[in-house]
Amino acid sequence: MAAVGARARKPRPSGAERMILGRRLRVEGVLRFAFIGLFLLFLLGPLYWVFVTSIKPVADYQTVPPVWFPDSPTSIHFSAALNDLRGWTGLKNSAIVAGIVTVVSVLVGTAAAYSMARFRTGGKNLAFWVLSQRIMPPIAVVIPIFLIYRELDLIDNRFGLAALYVVFTLPFSIWMMYTYFRQMPVELEEAALVDGCTRWQALWKVAWPLAAPGIVSAAAFAFVFSWTEFLFALVLTSNEAVTVPVVISQFLAFQAAQFGESSALSLCAMVPALFLGFLVQKHLVRGLTLGAVQG
Amino acid sequence: MAQVTIEHLGKTFSEGTEAVRDLSLEIGDGELVVLVGPSGCGKTTTLRMVAGLEETTSGTITIGDRVVNHLPPRERDIAMVFQNYALYPHKTVYENLAFPLKLRRLSKPEIDDRVRRSARLLGLEDLLGRKPRQLSGGQRQRVAMGRAIVREPQAFLMDEPLSNLDAKLRTQMRAEIHRLQRELQATTIYVTHDQVEAMTLGDRVALLRKGELQQMATPQELYDKPTNVFVAGFIGSPAMNFVGAELGRRDGHLEVTFGQQSLRLHESEARPGLEAYIGRRCVLGIRPEHLEDAALESGAPADRRFRGKVEVREGLGSEVVVHFQVEAPPTLTEDVRELALDVDAAALADLEREQQLHETVFVGRFGASTKAAEGDAVEVVAEHGALHFFDAESGRRISL
Repeated sequence: MAAVGARARKPRPSGAERMILGRRLRVEGVLRFAFIGLFLLFLLGPLYWVFVTSIKPVADYQTVPPVWFPDSPTSIHFSAALNDLRGWTGLKNSAIVAGIVTVVSVLVGTAAAYSMARFRTGGKNLAFWVLSQRIMPPIAVVIPIFLIYRELDLIDNRFGLAALYVVFTLPFSIWMMYTYFRQMPVELEEAALVDGCTRWQALWKVAWPLAAPGIVSAAAFAFVFSWTEFLFALVLTSNEAVTVPVVISQFLAFQAAQFGESSALSLCAMVPALFLGFLVQKHLVRGLTLGAVQG
Repeated sequence: MAQVTIEHLGKTFSEGTEAVRDLSLEIGDGELVVLVGPSGCGKTTTLRMVAGLEETTSGTITIGDRVVNHLPPRERDIAMVFQNYALYPHKTVYENLAFPLKLRRLSKPEIDDRVRRSARLLGLEDLLGRKPRQLSGGQRQRVAMGRAIVREPQAFLMDEPLSNLDAKLRTQMRAEIHRLQRELQATTIYVTHDQVEAMTLGDRVALLRKGELQQMATPQELYDKPTNVFVAGFIGSPAMNFVGAELGRRDGHLEVTFGQQSLRLHESEARPGLEAYIGRRCVLGIRPEHLEDAALESGAPADRRFRGKVEVREGLGSEVVVHFQVEAPPTLTEDVRELALDVDAAALADLEREQQLHETVFVGRFGASTKAAEGDAVEVVAEHGALHFFDAESGRRISL
């Protein structure tokens, strides 16, 4: 009652006040949209340029003023990049490598994290040690790894590359899943054990579905990392096992930069990642454990 | 349903804490036994050992006629209700109830039949399609019960199943559990720290302290004949009053003296075992409900009265709880310390201060018409049979 009374007694703004209020709102609105517009331009501008370059005839690449949209768009760069210049090979290799890395990294990461979270494997420090593996700049180990791989005959080998990527993505997977399992009430699995599950069933039927958001994040990270990794791919592959980033980089040679081809292949490489992004978005939002336990 | 037998059970955790020591219990077929005690007394650890969620260090656990020590939980054929319910959040109520049956590979129609029967028993029929997060606390509790019932196991294990509910709902669910347990004739081990739950639910109650069994008896026996100061102080609310006292004999009658005041023992209280304590210190215990304002009991004999000074008066409508000070040293045995500490660290500090001041605060539950006001002197009557005696050293009840 008191609140209602207070509201009723509050004087209405006079005409002049209302105008000032309105103007301020308008200024704020304009600023906000200007900012959002700039930001979008910053994000989408390069993407647009990649797209437009991929359908430009060669003559339009470097004109002044630039060609914003070609008069006669062409798909020739796509067929050249994919068929003649090993684009398909790159995409196929990338897909294989990223697929292996995603599956292995998530499976091994989940098992390791579950063991660390539930059985205190490695005591207090193992989890942090695992994370610390990400602190080292990867370039520091390029040469040793090249030498090791040469000894092991793993150069230009998709599985060799995948194994290395697993090593790089595993710390993130483990850490991600570890935090998920840590915050999951242990009683859920105990209930499952009493209800008739084995340890593996409890992990598979109860803990795993509840950790889905974590699994999706870890998988997305592993996939995107492997899909975009350039440094090690460049050093460790040459022919058979080249991945998309390496193929694209080879288009930009000394004599002739094949802007159209590199843009076309870039565009093709973006599609799976973009698709994945949309898929993952939905799963990342919700915390599934809500309502599991009381208190 | 089956009998559960625990023999010489022991548990020492890897870091060296001894949680349970030489515990032996027998839970009869269809019986509900409550394990009760302050936090850290080992009651939950014991339950978890029976469930198979915790390994035993020594002793044996038998369910039915199988020793289950080395069986994993799933092979023990028990159902457990957890304090936080532990419902599977990604499954509907129906799926939660069906889960244990699916794992046992029952046929679909049988699963459906059993789930619906349990749901009907608990009034969950309309909620079967919901997820746990769409349920209220009480409903979740029911689902947790349902998931246990649906299994038709050898025994139920319940780990403080009501402690997450508010007071009103707790009373209601307590009655519900009571009804179900009687109806299903379910062998049940029920863990709680709430002595009211223990007293109302248990066919028998096992009181634990620091991993050791203090007493296992029917609720009434626990109340009437507590085996030591700890049990006496734990059971009953408000708790039993304790005071350091001395036994003596006057005019051929036993008499107990605390501070400057004496009470003559009634026949019902004068046990032969007390003779040995004449002239020695002991602990006198009196329950608050056995004390009455002397002004309301004009016929009470003078040798059953003592005086104090009212500190706090709490009217409850039906009765008045009066805290009053008596000039006599409180007892500070290990038991009493632990009981106080279970309430609060400040409660122990209060006790220690009272001891220095040579004062004991008694609590009495007086009739609603008492005039005792804060600051007044009050004369109090101890009813017949009210006096309990304990050994000052061991805290053990002086019986026989």
